[in-house]
Amino acid sequence: MMASSYNAKEEDGHHSGAANHGGAGAVKSKKPDNTAFKQQRLPAWQPILTAGTVLPAFFVIGLIFIPIGIGLYVSSNNIKEFEVDYTGVDISSPCHPCAKNFSWNATTPCPCSVHFTLEQPFESNVFMYYGLSNFYQNHRRYVKSRDDSQLNGDRSALTNPSKECEPYRTSEGLPIAPCGAIANSLFNDTLKLYYIDSNGTRNEIPLVKKGIAWWTDKHVKFRNPGGNDNLTLAFKGTSKPVNWRKPVYELDPNDDDNNGFTNEDFIVWMRTAALPTFRKLYRIIQKKSGSTPTLPSGQYVLDITYNYPVLSFDGRKRMILSTISWMGGKNPFLGIAYITVGSICFFLGVVLLIIHHKYDTRNNSADIPN
Amino acid sequence: MERLHWVQHRCRQLLAGDSERGWYSAPNGLPNKNFLDRHSSPQRVSGKRRTVFARHGPHQQEYEAASKKYKGNAIRTTKYSLLTFLPMNLFQQFHRAANLYFLFLALLNWVPVVEAFQKEITMIPLVVVLTVIAIKDALEDYRRYLFDKKVNNNVVRVFCSKQKTYVQKCWKDVQVGDFVRLSSNEIIPADLLLLYSSDPRGVCYIETSNLDGETNLKQRQVVSDLPFQGAELTLENFRSRIECENPNNDLSRFRGYMEHPNGVRVGLHNSNLLLRSCTIRNTETVVGIVVYAGHETKAMMNNSGPRYKRSQLEKRLNTDVLWCVVLLIVMCLTAAVGHGLWMKNLKDPIFQVDGETSPALAGFYVFWTMIIVLQVLIPISLYVSIEIVKLGQIYFIHNDLALYNEQLDSRIQCRALNITEDLGQIQYLFSDKTGTLTENKMVFRRCSIFGVEYPHEENARRLEVYEAEKTEAGGRSVTLKSGCSGKSLSCRSLSCNRSSVSLHTLTDEAEEEEEDQLTNHIQRKTSAFCSRVAREVVPDPMLVRKLNWLRSPVLTLSDGSSGTPSSLELTYITDFFLALAMCNSVVVSSPSQPRHQVPEARTPLKSLEEIKLMFQRFSFSPFSTLSPPQIRGSPHSFTSRLFARGKTGSFTFPTPPDNTTGRSEPGLEDQLETSKLDSLSRAEGKDAGGMEEREDGTTENTKMSPDERDYDDELLYEAESPDEAALVHAAQAYRCTLRGRSAESLLVDLPGIGSLVVQLLHILPFDSNRKRMSVVIRHPLSGQVVVYTKGADSVIMDLTETPKGADHAQEIYGHIREQTQKHLDSYARDGLRTLCIAKKVLEEEEYEVWLKRQLLAESSIENREELLLESAQRLETHLTLLGTTGILDRLQEEVPETIEALQRAGIKVWVLTGDKKETAINIAYACKLLRPNDQLLTASCGSKEACAALLQQLRLEVQHGEDSLTTGAGNHGKSSSDCGTGFVLVTDGCTLDWALQEDLKNDFVVLSCKCKAVICCRSTPLQKSQVVQLIRDQLGVMALAVGDGANDVSMIQVADVGIGISGQEGMQAVMSSDFAVSRFKHLRKLLLVHGRWCYSRLANMILYFIYKNVMYVNLLFWYQFFCGFSGSVMTNSWVLIFFNLLFTSVPPLIYGVLDRDTPADTLMELPELYQDTQSSKVYIPSMFWFTVLDAFYQSLVCFFVPYFAYAGSDVGDLSFGSPINASALLIILLHQVIESHTLTWIHVLVLVFSSSFYFGFVLLFSVICVTCSPPTNPLGVETLQMSQPLFYIVCALTTVTALLPRLLFRALHNTLHSSAALKSAQMDKEDSERYRRRMQCWNLKHSPANRVPVCVDNPDLEPNSASVMS
Repeated sequence: MMASSYNAKEEDGHHSGAANHGGAGAVKSKKPDNTAFKQQRLPAWQPILTAGTVLPAFFVIGLIFIPIGIGLYVSSNNIKEFEVDYTGVDISSPCHPCAKNFSWNATTPCPCSVHFTLEQPFESNVFMYYGLSNFYQNHRRYVKSRDDSQLNGDRSALTNPSKECEPYRTSEGLPIAPCGAIANSLFNDTLKLYYIDSNGTRNEIPLVKKGIAWWTDKHVKFRNPGGNDNLTLAFKGTSKPVNWRKPVYELDPNDDDNNGFTNEDFIVWMRTAALPTFRKLYRIIQKKSGSTPTLPSGQYVLDITYNYPVLSFDGRKRMILSTISWMGGKNPFLGIAYITVGSICFFLGVVLLIIHHKYDTRNNSADIPN
Repeated sequence: MERLHWVQHRCRQLLAGDSERGWYSAPNGLPNKNFLDRHSSPQRVSGKRRTVFARHGPHQQEYEAASKKYKGNAIRTTKYSLLTFLPMNLFQQFHRAANLYFLFLALLNWVPVVEAFQKEITMIPLVVVLTVIAIKDALEDYRRYLFDKKVNNNVVRVFCSKQKTYVQKCWKDVQVGDFVRLSSNEIIPADLLLLYSSDPRGVCYIETSNLDGETNLKQRQVVSDLPFQGAELTLENFRSRIECENPNNDLSRFRGYMEHPNGVRVGLHNSNLLLRSCTIRNTETVVGIVVYAGHETKAMMNNSGPRYKRSQLEKRLNTDVLWCVVLLIVMCLTAAVGHGLWMKNLKDPIFQVDGETSPALAGFYVFWTMIIVLQVLIPISLYVSIEIVKLGQIYFIHNDLALYNEQLDSRIQCRALNITEDLGQIQYLFSDKTGTLTENKMVFRRCSIFGVEYPHEENARRLEVYEAEKTEAGGRSVTLKSGCSGKSLSCRSLSCNRSSVSLHTLTDEAEEEEEDQLTNHIQRKTSAFCSRVAREVVPDPMLVRKLNWLRSPVLTLSDGSSGTPSSLELTYITDFFLALAMCNSVVVSSPSQPRHQVPEARTPLKSLEEIKLMFQRFSFSPFSTLSPPQIRGSPHSFTSRLFARGKTGSFTFPTPPDNTTGRSEPGLEDQLETSKLDSLSRAEGKDAGGMEEREDGTTENTKMSPDERDYDDELLYEAESPDEAALVHAAQAYRCTLRGRSAESLLVDLPGIGSLVVQLLHILPFDSNRKRMSVVIRHPLSGQVVVYTKGADSVIMDLTETPKGADHAQEIYGHIREQTQKHLDSYARDGLRTLCIAKKVLEEEEYEVWLKRQLLAESSIENREELLLESAQRLETHLTLLGTTGILDRLQEEVPETIEALQRAGIKVWVLTGDKKETAINIAYACKLLRPNDQLLTASCGSKEACAALLQQLRLEVQHGEDSLTTGAGNHGKSSSDCGTGFVLVTDGCTLDWALQEDLKNDFVVLSCKCKAVICCRSTPLQKSQVVQLIRDQLGVMALAVGDGANDVSMIQVADVGIGISGQEGMQAVMSSDFAVSRFKHLRKLLLVHGRWCYSRLANMILYFIYKNVMYVNLLFWYQFFCGFSGSVMTNSWVLIFFNLLFTSVPPLIYGVLDRDTPADTLMELPELYQDTQSSKVYIPSMFWFTVLDAFYQSLVCFFVPYFAYAGSDVGDLSFGSPINASALLIILLHQVIESHTLTWIHVLVLVFSSSFYFGFVLLFSVICVTCSPPTNPLGVETLQMSQPLFYIVCALTTVTALLPRLLFRALHNTLHSSAALKSAQMDKEDSERYRRRMQCWNLKHSPANRVPVCVDNPDLEPNSASVMS
């Protein structure tokens, strides 16, 4: 198709034309240059892959992968993780009433508590996540439904959000801030964790809510509009998202640095998850000084302010407590995969060795007559 | 040469009818052609004729009226102007399906419900492609514009009526009706009617090399019967009216008449027309009136676009692209259905943006969205890449030293740019013989006169020596000094290939600059090659002796035994050489004088009358109509003549001549003469003129001064065909020298007599129907009107007849005829080209009668050609056979080796020639096409029935032969081509005619399939193309045709790959070819190495390209399963688009241009390897599906390893995409490393560059892109990801796992199923000496000629050969 545009003549012309110009001064023959490149004699490495040449690679891969896999597996196993599903599907579940009677318009929050026991103490920093299942935060229309300029503090985008935000662009004639479906569906359950010590008292565990968002998001990508400190003023003339109970500038009234668009819970939510089952960092439980574990083993209570409906789309809500290692959260897959691939490579290496002895050597020797 | 791109296709167009052009014409219509059509359409308005008046002549009103409609001489070959470029170019570009596809995608993205990316992003591929092509088009057009400008502003002298003189004008200002004055070496600005030439005969020479590449001069004639001829024109009073045809593109036809004021009409024909862009040569001044200007000139009307062929591979590719389309649709449908089902199960989810759309409609929308998302699956950019890769391949072919001809200083020309890979798939090779297999350097080898053979042993030895010298010394031959290394531009002896030179002499400006360079070119070329071997014919001593009888008739007295010629034989010999010297269209020139001027006849020693009388003494013949002359030579003349030659200073005494019989005593003089000449002829061989020089050196009072002698040495003959030149040189060797030529006379040196002016009455030029040419002259010596005819033996032998007369004469004649026929046959057996020379003496009355009708024929306008033919045929009857010549056309170097290699490569070689059967078979033997133990099947029959029967019989014979072969040879006769004996079919033209008919052609094809080689002799150009077409269509094979002459053009055009040999016969073959080489041997490297490389490179690149696209696109597809089939992507959309466009586009190109699957040396030494690509082993459907499957696997790994690694975690969509993209890039690049056969620093550089470009880009993007590219804003994603070890852990695992199977497969495949190619590549690595030894052994074992049966105790042979053959 494209080839038809070629003009064979031009090319001819070009060649001889070039020769012409070159030959203006000295006599120049048309003899091609005898260079390695033009004569296609560039020194080349010829990777001829035969059993003989490839098998070291297989052994090497096997030898590298298996230790890595073991390392990964061990470190993954060392990670402590605990998960509580508080969706309330089951009638016996304490959150079942809340889940059943959910309405976005409810004025009073629905509280419920879930008891659980940690068998093992959590030693290092513990990360508290909320997890959602069957929630397609990666849906094409959903992902698009945001205005990055608005979130970056652009005043014009604040009052005139991008069309992508439709149908969550305006509400009652006022532009919504933050606009779009992502912001509108902000996860708004509140979780509180209590440790029940041996004498039955509930000790609230301090949850750190800062430092959960990416540094770049917090400091570069998300910015509150306007130069003034008063967020209420800054967001004047905008409307809160439809599903929200309070406007954006009241997300964290106690901390100006964590309010408005720079609220870290909000920022974390705005990073749409890649897969329909995901977790998002909610709080961090800092390790206390000394040798006491961050979360000692024992009884715990999770207090939930149940605001977020998931049952309509068969979703699940979880609370996850996890420590992390250098390779992230608990994930036995990588370790197993590394060990498997490494073993396969090693095995194939052996097979190739056999093949090499059977065929390669014979070929090589047979080719040389007497 | 680019200046000429607009005229160079005319030849092809001329020779290929419209019907033949259909299949390679561009599918989208060539803009060039359209353009011309547009320009040529309006001229039809003015009726069938055009009337031209002088612009400044007296007929002002008529001029105004008639010429208004005619185009000016300004040309515009550009497609666009500055204003129209954008719209026109876009319009042109959107004719292409690929661009339409892009446009469709871009537009689709504007529909909000299906929008996948930002609008600008889907525009990128389209914009990039459009821009690239627009830039290319603009550059081309600009070049054309510059060229037009240059051409239009060329200056020419045009007559101006106001100043009554010629003024300088630009070409573009020339109008129809202008008088243009040109001098030598000027280029003709428009089609002119020649009105005046400074040449007294009204002749003007033009060189048409700009038009058709032919370098010989063509003669043009002033319009006859002009009242003012002879004197400078009085143009103000030019009142004649010219009526001629409307502009057309037929270069060889021009009709019209000129009506003078007095009502007299003069016919105009082609020889009056000077065509635009030809060059005036050797004529001081010409004046012409413009009849066609600008785009209406014949040259411009012949300007057509480039040829376009679609290669086999591309056709194959198209089906695979269709499969890709199917795959795309399936994937999109899957997504659409999936999305619909997913939607159906959802009940008002919080993440639902608009829940109103019904699932079915949403699914429909998703279908289109997915088409945008997965668009890369259709490898549209592949087409652009293929073009670039082919350009690269062409570049390397063009630069190959092995395809460079040192002697001609010419490289291979690649004219068709898009069929390089077809070179690797050739199955049938159709070759012309003359000029293709042979040098087409005709060398006079031997002759037979009067039924007596003159074997020219010395000559033969000389030729052998020359050949040996050439092959041994090679480059040393450059130092040979030869008489024809002239110093000026006009050194254009026939045998120098000047095609390249003529390119330089296009314009005057260029000429001046390049003069030095040119001279050097010529010197190098001529001294190395030239016609040295053609010129220096060593005379046969016996013939010299006989000829000397003529020179010293005094002494001719037969002693009976020593072969003293009879006077009759002498006349024959003289006539023979006169015919050789005169019966041709050779133009004589010498550098010291303007060419084509008849040099002054040097005053002979005696008056012409004397010589005539002298000659007439011998010209008595039994059938002469003149009464036997009674003449006596004067003693004085003999004395002086002897004196002139008698350098020995020996005492000579004049003897009174015998009357009538011409026999005289052989005396002292004779012996002296003979011995002298013998020794001379033996000593000679270095210098053509040596014989005469010696004479001069010793004699004081020679008739010529030494200066004149030098001048004589530099006589240059310029002939239309090399045979002619060879014959003239042969005649010259016998001192029967053609000195000059004019329209009415020839100047000929005769041995011992001196220069004679021979009145030339007519030339009946050669044509392929008559297969002969004749000259009618007034015999210089006898005064009779004599016709000399020279032609193919088959024709001449039929036309000659025994003269009526005495029994004795008849007997002699019959004997001559018989003997000559015998010699003819033996010449043919020796592979010589034979020509017969005949003569006819016309009586005056007879001549008068014929002349009348000839003039009538010449002056007629309607069916002039037929009348001329008829007239010629009337003249050429009752001829007397004089003798025959054998011209040697030596094989080109390395032809047998090349043919053997090609045959071993599995290519069937056919030879299609117009030569005699014997000659053809002989050449076939010489070039090892035929081997001694081959069985020759000869097909020659006269009727269709006989032909049918013969074909059947031959088939049976072959069948039988094969059976006996297979039973005899046991079970290792793998293929017939490999067997020691094979069948070779030899068929002649007639039989071919029958065999090509509808009902017999199947038999013919079946028969020829079984034959190792086929030789078609006596075939016409049409038959050649029919044969090629038949084999190509019936067997569905790739055919290559190679030829050098105009008669091969149709064959070259019909074949899949046409190769032109830029040889001696003009440029037509080259012009119509796809590739033009200078030697046949170049085919070996071109096919075996470049063909295979190009094919495997391109095939591998295409597979890789498809793999790359499928692999990457599937990553996006798998993601759909986790995003509700909503068409989401986990990548930034810029990265997504750039992934194909930038990050992974260069490595495949490098791969396609530089990869070498097998080293060149191995391919050259093992032609069998060619069979791999010939049978398309690399790119077959299974390979395509295998590749797609592998791509699926890799994409699965590449997606699901990160998926499981990140499942359930807090990973964001872009963070998830980051390791997937990175590992996809690594996999794709490393996959190429596995697949490449060679890796050079360029590969490494490009691979490193590609990956660092990717990483650099995404890192930079994730740092600086704060709010850009919503919704896939990448800020901070990559920096964060790449700071985490998990990223690298995932990438490493993914890459290794994805590539493992491919690596394993390659290793196992190469080990267990080691192909010959790979093995030889391995061998290449081993130390060279051992390798060479092994190769020799291999060749020995496998050479078809002496195939050793496989021995039981030689076990290594069997698997080895098996693997090579497989």
